[in-house]
Amino acid sequence: MHGLQHLIAELLNNQSLGVLATSAAGHPYTTLVGFAATDDLREILFATHRSTRKFANLNGDERVSLLIDNRTNRADDFRRAAALTAIGTAQEVGAERRDGSRSLFLEKHPMLKEFVNSPGCALCRIKVKRYSLVQRFQDVMELDLDDLDPVP
Amino acid sequence: MTSTLSLERVTANDIALVGGKTVALAELAKRGYLVPLSLAITCDAYSHYLKQSGLGDLLSMELGRKAFPQMRWEELWDAALRIRNLFLTTPFPKALEAELDEALTATFSDQPLVIRSSAPGEDSASCSFAGLHDSFVNVHKRPEQLLAVRKVWASLWSDRALLYRQELGLDIDSSIAVLVQELVDGEKSGVAFSVAPGDSRQLAIEAVWGLNQGLVDGSVEPDCWTIDRQSQTILAYRPARREKKLVTAGSALQIIATTSAEENSPVLMSDQVMTVSRTAMQLEQTFKRPQDCEWTWKEGEFTLLQARPITASREADPRSWYFNLHRSLDNLKQLQRRIEEEIIPGMEETAQQLAEIDLTSMADQELIKEFNRRRQILNEWEEAYRADCIPMAHGIRLFGEFYNDRLQPNDPFEFIELLRDSELRAVTRNQRLTSLADEITNLSELPAALSEKLSTLADEIGLSADQTRKLLGQMVDSAAPPRQTKRIDLEKNYLEQFKGHDLPPAEEILAIGRSSYKLRDDDNISLDQLNRELRRTETEMQSRLEKGDAEIFRLALDAAKGRDGRVSSATQAQPNEESGNFHARQLQGQPASPGLVTAVARVIRSQEDLVEFKRGEILVCDAIDPAMTFVVPLAAGIIERRGGMLIHGAIIAREYGIPCVSGIAAAADIINTGDQITLDGYLGLVFFPSSSGRLSRPGKDHLLRKELDDAK
Repeated sequence: MHGLQHLIAELLNNQSLGVLATSAAGHPYTTLVGFAATDDLREILFATHRSTRKFANLNGDERVSLLIDNRTNRADDFRRAAALTAIGTAQEVGAERRDGSRSLFLEKHPMLKEFVNSPGCALCRIKVKRYSLVQRFQDVMELDLDDLDPVP
Repeated sequence: MTSTLSLERVTANDIALVGGKTVALAELAKRGYLVPLSLAITCDAYSHYLKQSGLGDLLSMELGRKAFPQMRWEELWDAALRIRNLFLTTPFPKALEAELDEALTATFSDQPLVIRSSAPGEDSASCSFAGLHDSFVNVHKRPEQLLAVRKVWASLWSDRALLYRQELGLDIDSSIAVLVQELVDGEKSGVAFSVAPGDSRQLAIEAVWGLNQGLVDGSVEPDCWTIDRQSQTILAYRPARREKKLVTAGSALQIIATTSAEENSPVLMSDQVMTVSRTAMQLEQTFKRPQDCEWTWKEGEFTLLQARPITASREADPRSWYFNLHRSLDNLKQLQRRIEEEIIPGMEETAQQLAEIDLTSMADQELIKEFNRRRQILNEWEEAYRADCIPMAHGIRLFGEFYNDRLQPNDPFEFIELLRDSELRAVTRNQRLTSLADEITNLSELPAALSEKLSTLADEIGLSADQTRKLLGQMVDSAAPPRQTKRIDLEKNYLEQFKGHDLPPAEEILAIGRSSYKLRDDDNISLDQLNRELRRTETEMQSRLEKGDAEIFRLALDAAKGRDGRVSSATQAQPNEESGNFHARQLQGQPASPGLVTAVARVIRSQEDLVEFKRGEILVCDAIDPAMTFVVPLAAGIIERRGGMLIHGAIIAREYGIPCVSGIAAAADIINTGDQITLDGYLGLVFFPSSSGRLSRPGKDHLLRKELDDAK
C-alpha cells in the first residue's frame, strides 16, 4: 500500500471518533460520531438516531465531511498530529447491506450494540470522494477516490 | 525540582539529572583527585525553563517542520540558527534566575567561571558528543554567566549536534545539564588517552602551554608523547613548534606568543609525563574502561578537569565531519584567499584556454582525447569546489552567530541584510543583459557591434544568439535590484556595538561574511564556464556521430555517461513513491525570501525551458543553477527543492526582492508548467489549486540540476 494511503488507513483504524459536518440551508453543523471504515477506504459508517438534527440535515443535503485526527491536546500536536478530512455524501445503509455494515461497525464499537440495533437508529455510510490529509501543521495532500465530481 | 546540585551531592545514579561528565567528576573528587570547584545545573532546570517560557513548544514547532531524517544539512543549519536565537532572546523565568544566581553566588562568589555542557548520553561508550556541545571558558559577571548557561542549552540543538544525532539515528528529544566550574588558569594543560588511538598497547598524552581550550579547538598544536601502557616508559615524543598559547585576557581568551623559555622547552618534564600517564591508568581502573581525560597544571598543582570513556569506535568517529561545519576565522581567511586568488582565476583561465581551442579542425582521435582531458579538468575543479568553495559558506554562519550573540535581534536572519551585495557577478551580468535588451528592443536588424555583444552574452549564459534574443525580449525595462538603505543602518548599528580592541575583529568577521556570501554565487559562474567547455566538446562529438562516420564517438560518450545518461556527475532524483491519485494541496518548505505571490509556474528542466520563460512566472526548479540566474529578474517567485537560507536560489532571490520558498521535496515533479500556484515566502508555503499539484511519475530528468552542493 502507498505510504500516504497507509497513514490514512491507520488513522481510520486507530481513531474511534470523528467530527461530522452536515449542513442545513447552507449553515454548517458539526457533531461527534463513532465511525468505522471499510478496508478499501471508500466507505465510512456511522450511526445516528433518526430524530437527530444531523439526520434531518442529511435528508436535506447529503453532502458531508468528517474530520478524524490523532491530536493529544498538547502543543506539539501542531507538528505531530495528523488530521484527515473525508469528503463525500452520506445516506442510510439500504436493507440489502445492513447486516454486513452493522457487523463491521460493531466490530469496532461493540458497546454500541444496543443503540445500533434499536429501531430508532439509522446506520449511515459516507461514500468518500476525497481524502485530505494534513500533517505537520501545513503539509496537505489529497487522495481522490472517484473520478472527480465537483467538490469544494 | 532540583535545579542545582553541588558536586558532593552528586551520586552515580544521577546521570539522567546531571549528565555523565558531572557524575564522573564527582566520582574523581570522592576518590581524592583535585578537581575544580563545581556546581551542576540539572536537566530539571533546563526542562523547567523550556516549559515555563514556552520555548519547548516553539522547539517542537521548529523541529517538526519536516521529518527529522529528511532534513537536509542547510535546513538543519537554519533551524539551529533560529533555535539558538530563541535561547538567546528568551529570558529565564524570574524564580529560576534567582535560584541559579543564589546557588552560583554561594558556590563561587564572583570569580570567573567555565560553563560546560554535561548532557545525559553525551559521553557514553557507544557514541560521543564530546566537543559537539558548547563550553564557555573565562566568563565574568553573573548576567554573562547566566547567558552562557542558555547558550550551552542551545548547543544541544546546534547544527552539528543535530546532524550527528541524525546520522546516528538518535531521537530528537534530548535533555542537557550544565557543569559550572571555577576557572583554573593553568600554565600548562593537556589531554590523555589511556588507550592510544590506533594502538591498544599504548597510552597517548598531548600538552600545550596555557589553557586546554587551545588544544581542544585545534588552534594550538600540542607536544605529543606515546607511552607503553605496561612498562610506563616513553616510547616516542613529538614536539610541537610551541609558538603560541591560549590565555585569559580580561574577560576573554587570547592566543599570544609563548615566551622564549616556553618555546624552547617541552611542555611537560618527564616526571610530569609520568604523573599524567599514571593518572590516566588509574582512571581506567576506576571507571573500568579506557578513559580520555583533560587536566591542567597551575603553580605546581595537578588538577583533573574532566574524564570520560573513550568512544568504542573512535577510529571511525564520524564527528570529524561535524567539526568541519564550524570553520575558524583563520581557516576561512585562507579559503577566501585561495578561492579569490587561485580557484576562480584558475577556473577562468582554464575555461579561456579551452574556449580558444578549435574543436572542429581536430582529428577524431584527437577530439576524443580532448573530450577526456576536459572531463578530467572539470573533475579536478569540481573537487576544488567541494573542498574549498562549499566550506567557505561557513563564513556566512560565522558572522550570523557572531551578530546574533551580540545584538540578539528578533529576526535571526537579520544579519543576511548586511551581507547582501549588489556586486554579485550574476547580478552584474543580468544588468548587462537588461541594458542590451533595452538597446535592441526596436531593432529588426542588429548592427555589427550589438550583434557581437549579443553573441558574447549568449556565450556567457550558454544559449544560442537566437535564444538569447528571444529572452531579451522579456527583459526590456527590467528593474535592477533595489538599493540597500536598510543595510547602511544595520551596519552602523552593528559597528557601534564594538569599541576599541573589539572593533577590528568585528569588522573582520563582517568582511569574511560578505566575502563568503559573494563567493557563494560567484564561484558557480566560473565552474559553469568549465562545464560549458565540456559540453562544447560533447556537442562536436555528437554532430560527428550523427554524420554516421565515427562510431568511436559513441563508445567514448557512453563510457563517460553516468546512470542518468548525462556526461557529468549528476545523481538521480530520489525515486518518488507518491504517485497515482494523490496530489498536493499545500506544502511547506523553508521561507527563503519574503513575499507573497500567485502566478503561473514554469518548471525548468532544460535550456529550452529557460528560453520560454515569461516575465511574471514562478520559477520552479530542482536547484538554481548558474545557468539559470539570468531569468531570475523576470521571475515573480522561486520554488526549489533544496532547502535553506544559504542556497543560491535564496541568495539571488533576496538580492532581487523576489519571494522564494526552498526545501519543497520533488518541487519540479509536483508542479507542472502552467499551474497557477501561490507562494508564501514569509512562511515557506506553496498552495496548489485542486487541478494541479498532482504527483508525476519519477524519472523526468533535470538537465540543469546543480549537484555539487548536495555532496556533504
